[in-house]
Amino acid sequence: MRLFSRANALHLGLIALLAALFFTLPAYHTGNLARIMVLAVFAMGYNLLFGYTGLLSLGHALFFSAGMYGLGLAMHLGAATPAPAFLAGLIAALIVSGVVGFLALRTTGVAFMIVTLMFAQAGYLTILYFGSYTRGDEGFVIQQAQRSLLGIDLSDDTNRYFAALILFAAALLVTGAIVRSGFGRTLVAIRENEQRATMLGYDVQRLKLIAVVLSGVLSGASGAAYALLFGYAGATFATVQYSIFPLLWVLLGGAGTTIGPLIGAIFMFYLIDYASGLTNAYLLLVGVALVALTLFASQGIVGTIRARWIRWLP
Amino acid sequence: MTKRDTSRPSLSRRGALKTLGATGLAATALSGLSGFAQAQSSAPIRIGFQVHRTGIGAAYGRWYDRSTTAAVARINEMGGINGRPVEIVAEDDGTDPKRGAEVVEKFATQHNCDIAFGTLFSHVVFGSAPRAGELKMPYFVVSEGHHVASGALNRYTLQPGITDVKSQVQAMAPYVADNLGKKVTMIFPDFAFGHDHRDYFTAAIEAQGGEVLAHIAIPPSETSFTKYFPQIPRETEVIYHVMVGPAVLTFVKEMGEFFGPSSPEIFGFIDSLEAVDLASPGLEFLEGSYFWEGNPRYAQADQSEYDAAYRAAVGVDDNGASVSDPKDVSTYSHMFGCWETLNIVKRGMEAAGYQGPDDRAKLIEAVEAMSDMSHSLDHPQGAKRFNGKTHQTFGHQYISKVEGGKLVVVHTTSIEDTLYEDEVDYTTQAF
Repeated sequence: MRLFSRANALHLGLIALLAALFFTLPAYHTGNLARIMVLAVFAMGYNLLFGYTGLLSLGHALFFSAGMYGLGLAMHLGAATPAPAFLAGLIAALIVSGVVGFLALRTTGVAFMIVTLMFAQAGYLTILYFGSYTRGDEGFVIQQAQRSLLGIDLSDDTNRYFAALILFAAALLVTGAIVRSGFGRTLVAIRENEQRATMLGYDVQRLKLIAVVLSGVLSGASGAAYALLFGYAGATFATVQYSIFPLLWVLLGGAGTTIGPLIGAIFMFYLIDYASGLTNAYLLLVGVALVALTLFASQGIVGTIRARWIRWLP
Repeated sequence: MTKRDTSRPSLSRRGALKTLGATGLAATALSGLSGFAQAQSSAPIRIGFQVHRTGIGAAYGRWYDRSTTAAVARINEMGGINGRPVEIVAEDDGTDPKRGAEVVEKFATQHNCDIAFGTLFSHVVFGSAPRAGELKMPYFVVSEGHHVASGALNRYTLQPGITDVKSQVQAMAPYVADNLGKKVTMIFPDFAFGHDHRDYFTAAIEAQGGEVLAHIAIPPSETSFTKYFPQIPRETEVIYHVMVGPAVLTFVKEMGEFFGPSSPEIFGFIDSLEAVDLASPGLEFLEGSYFWEGNPRYAQADQSEYDAAYRAAVGVDDNGASVSDPKDVSTYSHMFGCWETLNIVKRGMEAAGYQGPDDRAKLIEAVEAMSDMSHSLDHPQGAKRFNGKTHQTFGHQYISKVEGGKLVVVHTTSIEDTLYEDEVDYTTQAF
């Protein structure tokens, strides 16, 4: 793996572009981009499992919310500062994804989808059940005064944008390195033909569990960052809707591409944002656009570009 | 000290020319400025309306929209605010807290709104309020949640046009204990809205010498309720229910089948049946039962002139349905909050001499300074008492009985019944 490969150049260029956009875009769009970058980390986590390992989960909202509540409850109830609270979010996502992965990976295919969906639903109901701590569906606010990391106020627009960018950059470079490593190539081998990977001597079950946990921790990092940067944690983020979103972002952007999750998240965000300005029936427009994209660019935006024009895209 | 030379003329020719030139320039500049000021002063006041057009709050959103449109039309007919017309910029938040925060951001940074307004569902308020605070955007919610008065939010978030659930629930207990019974069983959805009722009503009925015999929490995903009714203790005198959502019709029907003709007294919150026609099949069992109403849905025999004018302005008939479609039942117990909040915003902006976003803090201070508001067309639901420290208003509550398929008011609480101790003082927070 060359350090200065075209893939690395693309990733670093994208990070530099995102940094430059902060100084050129109007405030509304930089605010949106900060959100999108955090959510793109969620999509990257999902992509690692779906796009590279071939496991379609319908329960990633559980991992996102594990990170969100790990951080949120530590700050809201435990009065923790952001750094240890963020670590608590990562640990919560690690434990939850480890347990879910261990149990759900006893199934495959459609059964895996259903089991992950049910775990996520159980997680959502657990948040509601412990409403006296979590405030259930209403959720809770993480006060502005608490959201200060090493003296840096993360509720400030500039600081928030660059905190989101740092998280996004770290996730992009790490996933970029993972998917081009031997481990990443083995995940692709499992996706392409699991039996062949098993016959070649790989411990497929263990590798898939590692993929679930990595995917879960990335999703949890996104959830924790969302709560920290935007000051709110609530059970809505644990609903099935938030398991479908990363799937859509990855499908739209391009499954099995490193920058596809970001492109998919941007596309979906602005599709909803602009369509809702045109008509009240914007969800219909969004649905038609998604169907059209799936029909005519089934590999997603970046996937189609890679298939047709730029073969080296990571 | 220098001695002044008085032998020279005080104004030289060059000086006079300079002065004339400067005066001319100043006059030109001032006339330009006054043109600018004129443009500023005639530009509309833009109110970002965060509306639940889709998602679980859509029925409420539809009526919040109509109530808001009617209120703004009236304000503009009266000359607008500070001589400027009011313009509503509506954005759908999908009844989702994440989108809610994005919409608040859109109001502030893209639509250049002066304030944000109109949110109902508590989780959307919780999701949006932090962003409103960071953007220093006054955020007037119409939610009836206890979130504002509990101190969980920030100085930029206010709820001056609708009372909160804590005061509503607390004010019901004296009537329930004195007229319906002291042994209560509560049936509520097992999420925050239900938990608020559980906690506040239990404390309030105990203060009246009553008790809650059983708390029956129904999981939100439940579609059939028959298995829960046997949990109701036999000695129950009153059933208190606050079920919401699409399953409420099934809930009422199954409760009717369970009890038959000999049921305990039944008391509910109209939230269960907002936008639902009381003549819907299965609701016959509610005949003779009692409801909290924020604002009486059916025009009462002693209807005030203000309620009549408000109904006419929004387009609601005497049965609480749309004048153009009797099946389109309003959310009458909540939507008045939009109308009243906008009138408070008008008074607040006028008191603050509001000119633009730089005066947002002055607007909040002006609203914080408000207290008693009389029953009027600005406040058709009834008089209000706003608490500037907690950013929460207090007002009369109504208890109605279902008689002949209509809700008839049998009791009106005083404002004092609804008061509780302050839990926060937002005025101590810096802007």
